[in-house]
Amino acid sequence: MTGGVTPLSAGWAPVVALVLLAGAVVAAALDAALDSVPAGRADRARPGRRRTVTAAVARLLRQRRRVPVAADVLLWRIGVAALPVAALLMAAVLPLGRWTLVDWPVGVVWFNAVDVAVWAAVWLAGWGPNSAHALIGGYRFLAQALAYELPLMFALTAPAVAAGTLRIGGVVQAQQSLWFVVWMPVAFLAFCLGVAGFSVFGPLSAPAGSDIAGGVLAEASGVDRLIVLAGRYLLLTAGSGFAAALFLGGGAGPLLPAWAWMALKTLAVLSALVVLRRRLPVLRPDRFMEVGWLVLVPVTLLQLLVVSVVVVAR
Amino acid sequence: MGVLSTVAFWVLAGVAVVFGALVFRVDSMARATYCLAASFVAVAVVLVLFRQDYLGVVTALMMIMEMAIMAVYMVMFMGMNPALMPMSMVHGRRTALGLSVGLFVVLTVGVLLVPWPSRRGTPIADVTRALGESIMGPKMLVMLTVSPVLFATIVAALVLAMPRGRYDRLGDDLRRRPPTDPQRGGVGR
Repeated sequence: MTGGVTPLSAGWAPVVALVLLAGAVVAAALDAALDSVPAGRADRARPGRRRTVTAAVARLLRQRRRVPVAADVLLWRIGVAALPVAALLMAAVLPLGRWTLVDWPVGVVWFNAVDVAVWAAVWLAGWGPNSAHALIGGYRFLAQALAYELPLMFALTAPAVAAGTLRIGGVVQAQQSLWFVVWMPVAFLAFCLGVAGFSVFGPLSAPAGSDIAGGVLAEASGVDRLIVLAGRYLLLTAGSGFAAALFLGGGAGPLLPAWAWMALKTLAVLSALVVLRRRLPVLRPDRFMEVGWLVLVPVTLLQLLVVSVVVVAR
Repeated sequence: MGVLSTVAFWVLAGVAVVFGALVFRVDSMARATYCLAASFVAVAVVLVLFRQDYLGVVTALMMIMEMAIMAVYMVMFMGMNPALMPMSMVHGRRTALGLSVGLFVVLTVGVLLVPWPSRRGTPIADVTRALGESIMGPKMLVMLTVSPVLFATIVAALVLAMPRGRYDRLGDDLRRRPPTDPQRGGVGR
């Protein structure tokens, strides 16, 4: 059973990468546009200083790379490059409407494995530059990863249990009659929090926080910085795509073709995450850890129990 | 296995061994830890090559997660200063080398001498389920006993290792509110 999605040939991989990149650019543009909306008098005092994505990319491409003394350049570069690569590896198993690059029977576990690889990537990006602020950023990421990862895993398990398959296409097809977000809202929210977590974004952006001079971004300059920043938006986009596929019915919807619905839902989740970033405070990793273990883990476990009972009783 | 998968197998096996050996050649705890992670990931890909997709991906997941955490502990506890500076990854060199070479030889000889059964018929579609059932099916009671025992061991070890208990937090009569913690948690206990 292919679960209603057609696998594409490997030649389509660059197209999928471009689609993902387009999503990331939209997210970054929205973020920049919201940034330049004057929030108060202080901002209005400097008219004409609009931050655009193009300008930021051009500036970073022109900027010279700085490498601190005794940096572990190899590990640093691996950590930086792994962020966009991880986003691409996630997108490889994501059904984009009727098509998917790889229709893997263990797609859900693959997504999970790749988001765990981000642990290594962010820590290495923090370790590499041999800088205290960056290293603290790396440690912060691991601390909050320990808090968001288990809830994220249970949140991933819920749709897989309900669909009876680890194949993403199968999970999408199991939502033909009812989207999973309707009867597993807690898992959906925990999943979105996990997406923000592995994208070092919004409330979970403390590893790159301004209180530690940018954390894992502290020493990244030029093209390195561009790749890390782009990698965060790419991960956010891939994560939103998975939220759409696992909880919002994937390509299901009236009138429009499946790919359009998939794109719309992904952009909706993506925009919600970008907009919410301004409404939510950055969480302190040490505080968030206790919330993760004492609140999120039990709550997502209960959600999983409810889902399992429904599946057995059905 | 076809030619391609045979080549892939040997390349991956080589990668696993080389990265395993590099663990002892590099001069930083971070590099050593992530060499070990790379070695494990190569083994995970070998599992995928054997059509054990689920086991392969889960192995990669667990090993990357474990090594990411282990790097923190390695840097924290290994070395004098602690391991933020370049340092040697070996000590007790001669004994360790003798033991590891000996173990490698014993295991390899074992692999080569075991009379492996030859394949009869064709493998079924879901080899992961088949493997799970043949490993756990008749021994489910053992599995069900082992996991709580392991979990209890972890909890017991943590309790023993904790420098502070509830009396330190809440006072002798357990009434102190808010508790004295070196760092406040997030849920206001």
